[in-house]
Amino acid sequence: MSALQVRRLWKEYGRQVVLENISLDVESGEFVTIIGSSGCGKTTFLRILLGEERQTRGEVLLDGKPLPDEPGPDRGVVFQKYSVFPHMTALENVMVGEEFAGAPLTARLFGKARRETRQRALDMLAAVGLGNAGDKYPSELSGGMQQRLAIAQALMRRPRILLLDEPFGALDPGIRSDMHELILDLWGKLKLTIFMTSHDIKESFYLGGRVIVLDRVRKDPHEPELYGARITYDLPLRRGRDARTAPPGSGAETAV
Amino acid sequence: MKRLINLRPERGLSIALGALPFVIVLAAYVAASAARLAENPDDKLLPSLAKMAGTFERLATEENRRTGEVLLWVDTGASLMRLFMGVAISMSIGLVFGVITGLIPYVQRTLSPLVKVLSMIPPLAVLPILFIALGVDELSKVVLIVFGIAPFITRDVQQRVEELPVELLIKAQTLGASTWQLILRIVLPQVVPRLLDATRLALGAAWLFLIAAEAIAATEGLGYRIFLVRRFLDMDVILPYVAWITLLAFALDLALRLVNRVAFPWYGAGAAR
Repeated sequence: MSALQVRRLWKEYGRQVVLENISLDVESGEFVTIIGSSGCGKTTFLRILLGEERQTRGEVLLDGKPLPDEPGPDRGVVFQKYSVFPHMTALENVMVGEEFAGAPLTARLFGKARRETRQRALDMLAAVGLGNAGDKYPSELSGGMQQRLAIAQALMRRPRILLLDEPFGALDPGIRSDMHELILDLWGKLKLTIFMTSHDIKESFYLGGRVIVLDRVRKDPHEPELYGARITYDLPLRRGRDARTAPPGSGAETAV
Repeated sequence: MKRLINLRPERGLSIALGALPFVIVLAAYVAASAARLAENPDDKLLPSLAKMAGTFERLATEENRRTGEVLLWVDTGASLMRLFMGVAISMSIGLVFGVITGLIPYVQRTLSPLVKVLSMIPPLAVLPILFIALGVDELSKVVLIVFGIAPFITRDVQQRVEELPVELLIKAQTLGASTWQLILRIVLPQVVPRLLDATRLALGAAWLFLIAAEAIAATEGLGYRIFLVRRFLDMDVILPYVAWITLLAFALDLALRLVNRVAFPWYGAGAAR
């Protein structure tokens, strides 16, 4: 069964239509990238999946059940910025998810539970390449390291889907390609289901196992708000996570 | 010649420039005082620095023959006690109500209009009500301070909470945080340093209300003393007292700033925000 099903979803703000008639099935383990020009509604779509906003029509099912209309631990997220807590060290940032789960009243773990969580958090930090930055505050980390930390933090709760909202948009090109390798590596190892928005076509085709293009097809010059964006292309690139060795720009991108 | 806006004094010169107005004011005072005293050695309006120092030393060391108390310390203790109680209560109110009104829409809709109206009432106008309702003891003075600064602190904290990036609150929810956990681990730690900043700004008003209340009804306290000796034109008491109050206010402000810097090293680093 599909992990995520979107059935005829519409999003309207008053008279303004943002998304129209979006339908989508995503299998568990897929890496889906959504591209579209800025303002085309891809962030709105992600926010609906996140539970931050609610669709006006249609439904979204996660594992066959309607999506709760508030954010929860079944959906992890990494934003472009403000993704980590500035008042916690890197290690605390990664530990805090399990502390929420394990201590409803104090949101802090003690003794053995704390030591175990700490070890898992250290392992996760090492997995994203932040092995010796555990006691640093986010303000002491570079932009790329902050995003690594945000990913580690999101993965600790083992979310059913991981939502990435232009996570690498603010990074330098070199650091960006490091992050691409990291996220592909994690996707393969941890069998993640990833949903990522981007306005970078190259990035979308390189990372995504499936690329979805959002665009406004119908345009009324007198009333530009009348029609929303829909899925104009849904491209399964059919590249399993084992076949992922092609460098950017060589494979499916040119084929398409 | 560079433009005036591009000329910057060096460090040593900066300090000298900062000290200059103080030196001028002091010199002007000394000259004016000397001129008046030359005309009339019993002049009370502009006492000499030596006379003020002597009076201050007497106030700070000489025990009252009946009670054995030293005036300055009794006054300082009484005033600071009132100020601390008023400020501490205001901070607690401000933190609790600021956080829940800033974070929980239902509470915000319920309490926000009330807080807005309360903060519009001139606190000194309710002082008579406080005296009537609570008597002229400590309680009414502390309540006046609370009435004067708690709404300000509450609104400031509320604003800080509303300014927290929505991404942080969403992220915490995707990590499974309940409202309570969100407050405990995300909102409170980030708002406490801002609470201390708001308190620093409110301290000036707190002193104002304290001295006003003491001037009207008290039996000891810094404000009480100033207004008491005013009747005898005792400028040699009033001026050192004003300087002493200023020093205390400055020390409190400095202490709050130090607490912020030491206890919240991430605060003000800024880059992560």
